[in-house]
Amino acid sequence: MKTTRKILAKGTATIIAALCMSAAPAAAQIGDADRGAEQFAKHCSSCHMLGPDARNRVGPHLNGLFGRKAAAIEGYRYSKDMKRAGADGLVWTAEKLDIYITKPRALVTGTRMSIRGVKDATARADLIAFLRDYSDNPRDIPEAAPTADPTEHEVDPAILAIVGDPDYGEYLSGECTTCHQASGEDKGIPSITAWPQEDFVIVMQAYKAKARPHPVMRMIAGRLSDEEIAALAAYFEGVE
Amino acid sequence: MTLNRRTFLGAATASAAALAAPNVLAQAAAKVVVVGGGVGGATVARYLAKDSKGAIDVTLVEPTRKYYTCFFSNLYMGGFRDYESIGHDYGKLVSEYGVNVVHDWAVGVDRDAKTVTLAGGATLPYDRLVLSPGIDFVDGAVPGWDVSAQNKMPHAYKAGSQSQLLKAQIGAMPEGGVFAMVAPPNPFRCPPGPYERICMVAHALKQNNPTAKILVLDPKPKFSKQALFEEGWERHYSGMIERIGPDFGGDKVEVRPDSMEVVVDGEVTKVDVCNVIPKQKAGRIADLAGLTNDAGWAPVVPATFQSRMDENIHLLGDSTQQGDMPKSGFSANSQAKVAANAIRGALTGSKVFPAKFANTCWSLISTDDGVKVGASYEATDEKVAKTDGFISQTGEDAALRKQTYEESVGWYAGITADMFG
Repeated sequence: MKTTRKILAKGTATIIAALCMSAAPAAAQIGDADRGAEQFAKHCSSCHMLGPDARNRVGPHLNGLFGRKAAAIEGYRYSKDMKRAGADGLVWTAEKLDIYITKPRALVTGTRMSIRGVKDATARADLIAFLRDYSDNPRDIPEAAPTADPTEHEVDPAILAIVGDPDYGEYLSGECTTCHQASGEDKGIPSITAWPQEDFVIVMQAYKAKARPHPVMRMIAGRLSDEEIAALAAYFEGVE
Repeated sequence: MTLNRRTFLGAATASAAALAAPNVLAQAAAKVVVVGGGVGGATVARYLAKDSKGAIDVTLVEPTRKYYTCFFSNLYMGGFRDYESIGHDYGKLVSEYGVNVVHDWAVGVDRDAKTVTLAGGATLPYDRLVLSPGIDFVDGAVPGWDVSAQNKMPHAYKAGSQSQLLKAQIGAMPEGGVFAMVAPPNPFRCPPGPYERICMVAHALKQNNPTAKILVLDPKPKFSKQALFEEGWERHYSGMIERIGPDFGGDKVEVRPDSMEVVVDGEVTKVDVCNVIPKQKAGRIADLAGLTNDAGWAPVVPATFQSRMDENIHLLGDSTQQGDMPKSGFSANSQAKVAANAIRGALTGSKVFPAKFANTCWSLISTDDGVKVGASYEATDEKVAKTDGFISQTGEDAALRKQTYEESVGWYAGITADMFG
């Protein structure tokens, strides 16, 4: 069990770093658009199109992505969660794209974008630089935050490594089940049962850092300690 | 059977002593009586039964066999919910959680003997008592109105037959008729409730009786989510709704149920439907038990929701005076879990975690136009104190409003499952 947790913590360290970064403004660092074109071919082009003839395929076309509200393209069938994120106020900025591409599910839980994520910060910066060239006013678009700050690495795996107390989580869960059903039913309000613990922690930490937009969840997560988030993750993972 | 049970109890006693859980495990199961099967009462009964795993006997006293939620009863009036969808019975609390549900009225509490007397004659002993009686109306608060007039001028502020009556009266209004509401003074159950109701009445009338008018007589200068409601009234129901605040006599209202008249600061107006929501106080059993203050509410200790006057009794929800939380179903549900944790700790020695409270109130303005307000709270020595909050904004786009409404529908399913299993 402990070994598993350590591995998970290592693998997700960069994600948390990215999330924490989004809460604080950081120095600009833009990637290389030419290298980004290669990244696009590698990770994106089997589903997404760009350029003058772009149309929606498996994924929506990505022209004019920057500054666009999530789930805003008419005629594309977005996931329920992506629509919810758009209605909540998610707008595609360099910063949000960086979080999303790192691990899509951390930002939009039920997204249909099935890639696991691009872990390499430089690759993401390059990709974002490339995508940016297909938006209307690239010069006005804020630069992506740097994604590999070594001091953040020191702290955040520790948060992920916290072993949650499921009994405490069960008590705390009373606050969740006023809205989120213990049965896993997800009409109008998403299901939070049976999530892998690290996903749960990442999402709640993202709300805590105000990287995700929903005001109720920002408030709820904002006053939970790291231990309490771990406890909830431990409890809800076991709820079938 | 008796011998077996004795033997079993003997063994249980020995192991309980070894576990060093004080007081009660060494005896029979502790007894908790809960009076009132609304949000506070149903939630605390379910959580106590679920989490104590047999260490606490829970009896819930509630006169009605089916509980109709006040929240979403306005949506029923607006035609967004059918009546059955807001009704819930106690079957699962009995069959899945083992709560002893007694359909009777609690008519007295003997705090020295620690017993509750029921109208049917039974006497229930308790180790801890939870009162979650909701609200009652203050007699004479609206001159001309008392509960004997509630069929002519319904309050519809305890959901059920009153909600059905008011909806039927709205449906039977003559073309171009007048619906009047006498709104309550603070504090009262569900601060946005009267104003959401105005939206729902307007929505129903707009479809079937579009020249009808709505008159709101309000003793308060301001009300919950005011900017959001007024924006919605202008957008969806322009010209239909007139609100008279205290600056124009909204605080000096008399009603005449026999002639269907309202008198505002001496001026008589004939109306077709009159919804009187009077000034409120804690439900009667809290008063009978001697647990209310001069204002008519039951003061409680913030961290546990114990009565300030009797540590063996907890109060929940609308009947309490606790500090900053609004009187809402969400609040009562939140308080019930804190109280359940404290009660279990006291009776079985289970770990007591720090109190955390939250509230969110959704309101529906029109089809797919939902708004919300909410806050988080913590217990200080003095009161339940607000720590953080949020509110929907005017001018939000249609997608967000639709999502907020859908969220409220999800919440309804969530909280009723949290109450009734």
